[in-house]
Amino acid sequence: MNLLADAIDWIMAPAQWQGPDALHLLVFQHLYFTGLAVLIASVIAVPAGWAIGHTGRGREAAVGISGAARAIPSFGLLILLVLLLGVIHKPEAAMITFVILAIPSLLAGAYTGFEAIDRSVIDAARAMGMSEWQILFKVEIPLGLPLLLGGLRSAALQVVATVTIAAYVNLGGLGLPIITGLALRRYDMVLGGAILVAVLALAVDGLFSLVQRLVTPHGVRTSQGIARSSRGPKNPTAVPVRPLVKQEGRK
Amino acid sequence: MIEFRNVTKLFPDGTIAVDDFSLVAPSRKITVLVGSSGSGKTTLLRMVNRMVEPTSGGVQIDGEDIVNERPVLLRRRIGYVMQNAGLLPHLTVADNIAAVPKLCGSSHRAARTRALELMETVGLDSHMADRYPSQLSGGQQQRVGVARGLAADPNILLMDEPFGAVDPIVRAELQQELIQLQRELDKTVIFVTHDIDEAFLLGDQVVILATGAKKLQVGSPSEIIENPADDFVAAFIGVDRGRRALRIKHTPNGPVLVDTEGRTQGTLVEDER
Ligand SMILES: Nc1ncnc2c1ncn2[C@@H]1O[C@H](COP(=O)(O)OP(=O)(O)OP(=O)(O)O)[C@@H](O)[C@H]1O
Ligand SMILES: [Mg+2]
Repeated sequence: MNLLADAIDWIMAPAQWQGPDALHLLVFQHLYFTGLAVLIASVIAVPAGWAIGHTGRGREAAVGISGAARAIPSFGLLILLVLLLGVIHKPEAAMITFVILAIPSLLAGAYTGFEAIDRSVIDAARAMGMSEWQILFKVEIPLGLPLLLGGLRSAALQVVATVTIAAYVNLGGLGLPIITGLALRRYDMVLGGAILVAVLALAVDGLFSLVQRLVTPHGVRTSQGIARSSRGPKNPTAVPVRPLVKQEGRK
Repeated sequence: MIEFRNVTKLFPDGTIAVDDFSLVAPSRKITVLVGSSGSGKTTLLRMVNRMVEPTSGGVQIDGEDIVNERPVLLRRRIGYVMQNAGLLPHLTVADNIAAVPKLCGSSHRAARTRALELMETVGLDSHMADRYPSQLSGGQQQRVGVARGLAADPNILLMDEPFGAVDPIVRAELQQELIQLQRELDKTVIFVTHDIDEAFLLGDQVVILATGAKKLQVGSPSEIIENPADDFVAAFIGVDRGRRALRIKHTPNGPVLVDTEGRTQGTLVEDER
């Protein structure tokens, strides 16, 4: 309990909010890494997922690649990439690591969103005379959006927790007080940093749950499960976020 | 005029859904395809708007082979009413109906006006325009489906068991409305059902089908009832039972017709010539 009070004192201390490593700057760096990684991952994974969902082809490959990507430990990948790309390319190495982390959830969100749409709805759209592009933009994307956002939410959450390791390669973020604190045996600092990461993760999660509610198409919202029939679990993209901070702390 | 010319459909799994089927559906008439489940009715219907491509043979509309027309354009000029209504769940009633005119290039406003007009035609209150399909009853959804089929004012209307999912009273109502509509609109209609009474009520031409879309008999309702092609057809249309098996009973007030249950169904009136 004492440690918790110390950690909060540490966060509140005016000294933490000044200088080049001020907490608000670290929060900003942390969010910047998260946002950019999720954005890049979306640009890659969302069109790919939509293509898989629309054509029904390439699903096995996507599942395989996602599974493999999920199995890669981010910390190991980061170190490997820094070694491969050279020390001057640390930011790129970190970004690639986070993008790879975010892709599986986004890919799954994109294609399960389409797969969950009742086939008869797509059939109806086609029979009305919609072109494939019109089916994509007027039917599949709006109806698939809630599950895509579920994927986006998981991805953002995983990345926000994992960006903590960026500090290991001197890129800042909220991992900085954690690793500095570990080296100095300043556990108030370690816990303070961890608390901030957790708060940030909760904030990101809350924000996405709000957005997710907003984009659920009317008519689908009013009666649960008309567009998204029996197929697929409620939120197949949810991936438990690894308790990364604790893991790193044990090392 | 819609003409099926020796169409066959072999699905990849080996099912022969339609085996060498030929038929002419005359213009401005209702042709009803009736047959038991799995006889290939839906497959035949979907060949007309190229939702199913025949394995061999072809379909012509007014003498033109439909393979020469882009499927998307073909579908926009053919109204299609699906068995389960097939409404888009994220669009309101009005937007569902307006979708086809919009695809054909109508402005948003013109399409909406048209949608409201059609809602009235099919007996839907205008206050339902901004509801979503999930907020409608089955019968109301079917009406929206019919309105959508009519939205682009197509010459051809394909209807796949459009009244299958509603109770008998609403079905009778919808059937009467369709008869009324057809009187005004004069579409070339192909109507699929497995209800023989519905087929006889609506059809100018009735086609009785067996598995593989084998034609058992083609004719007007009177022709089929008066002269069933074989025992199977006779049994299928039920000439020997229920409402259609009538015999004359003589009463002091003249002859009446009674059914097999002994219930009086009507009187026998001689033509005055
Ligand atoms: N996409 C498909 N792949 C394989 N077989 C199919 C496909 N669609 C239909 N069939 C088969 O073709 C046959 C005819 O099907 P169809 O849907 O045309 O029947 P139907 O007369 O409309 O039946 P119902 O009255 O039950 O709607 C059935 O045996 C069905 O299983
Ligand atoms: Mg059918």
